[in-house]
Amino acid sequence: MERKIRVLVAKPGLDGHDRGAKVIARALRDAGMEVIYTGLRQTPEQIVTAAIQEDVDAIGLSCLSGAHNHLFPRVVELLKEHNAEDILVFGGGVIPDADIPGLKAAGIKEIFTPGTSTQDVIAFLEAHVRR
Amino acid sequence: MARAISAAENDPPVVQAFLREHSQRLGRARIVGITGPPGAGKSTLTGCLAAELVNRGFSLGLLLVDPSSPFTGGAILGDRLRLPDIAQHPQVFVRSMSSRGSMGGLSKATSDAVKLLDAFGMDFVLIETVGTGQAETDIVSVADSVIVVAVPGLGDDIQALKAGILEIADLFVVNKADREGAEKTERELLHMLKMQPSSSGWTIPVIRTVATKNEGIGELANKLLAHYEFLRESGLLLRQRVARAEQELKDLLRSRMMQEFERLMGPALYRDLAQEIVAGEQSLYDTADKLWQQFLVRITQKGGSASD
Ligand SMILES: Nc1nc2c(ncn2[C@@H]2O[C@H](COP(=O)(O)OP(=O)(O)OP(=O)(O)O)[C@@H](O)[C@H]2O)c(=O)[nH]1
Ligand SMILES: [Mg+2]
Repeated sequence: MERKIRVLVAKPGLDGHDRGAKVIARALRDAGMEVIYTGLRQTPEQIVTAAIQEDVDAIGLSCLSGAHNHLFPRVVELLKEHNAEDILVFGGGVIPDADIPGLKAAGIKEIFTPGTSTQDVIAFLEAHVRR
Repeated sequence: MARAISAAENDPPVVQAFLREHSQRLGRARIVGITGPPGAGKSTLTGCLAAELVNRGFSLGLLLVDPSSPFTGGAILGDRLRLPDIAQHPQVFVRSMSSRGSMGGLSKATSDAVKLLDAFGMDFVLIETVGTGQAETDIVSVADSVIVVAVPGLGDDIQALKAGILEIADLFVVNKADREGAEKTERELLHMLKMQPSSSGWTIPVIRTVATKNEGIGELANKLLAHYEFLRESGLLLRQRVARAEQELKDLLRSRMMQEFERLMGPALYRDLAQEIVAGEQSLYDTADKLWQQFLVRITQKGGSASD
């Protein structure tokens, strides 16, 4: 059986919009991936539990609330605590360019800012996910 | 456990080896199917029921099965959205699965995942599937107890439900009982059940719930446990499981025979022949007869896969 890429798409933080996350989820599905969509207002703990139980290859985090500098690195940290740092983490949303180097240093593999095409995200996952 | 279920989806030999090794540990979990129309509240209800069972001291695995796109094979698995809290409990394991090309039904991977959760010592395995097409009949072949979730205001749909779903339900839930028409739906279901009592001697209960307010869940859990006791005491549990094992054995052998057939006869087997059939040069039955004869010759010559 062919191995499918599994991706968790989650929205940490308190803002109430998940349109961007849904667009990504649909694009990944249409590219033949299995997307576990966990919806709004997830805590980093909930996200990491879900990622481990679902045995995903990658976690996509979307954040518009400005709390990304805290929330994204926290997810990476928790993955390490659970010996699951092989799960790749990428982020998207309204993220100032100035924050990107810091996030990458904290272990976020890639940041997609508004305007990135969904094709770029698909290509990124296909290139980086362990096969 | 998470990795083991991935193996069930991607690497059957690994799972087979594991299940071989743990065959004595299988058969302890109580397997419950939860099905019903899209949006009936199955996931919300599954979350409530899971919380109730955990409170009563049981461990459980939840399998949330969603159909995958027939075109790309991709899927958005969104059932987990409804149960973020219970998934955090140490006695609970939640996994989303797509039906992966099994025509909307449950895949072999799903039934292997059930066995894995059983082998890992879960007291309960709850399987949510959407009640359309094949999945709802497949669920009977996997689950000991089937909960069918209906909602008020189905109207004439109740009649439509009747055909397939009445036979598979061990318990009926009328969810969204906070909506108008719940009593009516309950009455109609009870009426239908009276007309067609189950042959096993089990009285199928109809339970009203409001999953979003956690109402009626205690009674649902009571009835579910009672059904399991009924199955055990009546000997039906054993008979169901024997029938299931027999079916699995047949399915396994059937797919093995098919593999052996295609291995001996070579790849690209069907295409040309199918073209001849469509062109009217050969009949379907003659073609099948010819292939079968060739296969019999080859298998006696080569002695099957044992010789290579
Ligand atoms: N009013 C009311 N709404 C409910 C109840 N139970 C669930 N809902 C709502 O119904 C909607 C669908 O609930 P789900 O639990 O996702 O239903 P489902 O059957 O799992 O849906 P699918 O998996 O997509 O088929 C959600 O908006 C729930 O909040 C209930 O008892 N009363
Ligand atoms: Mg659901």
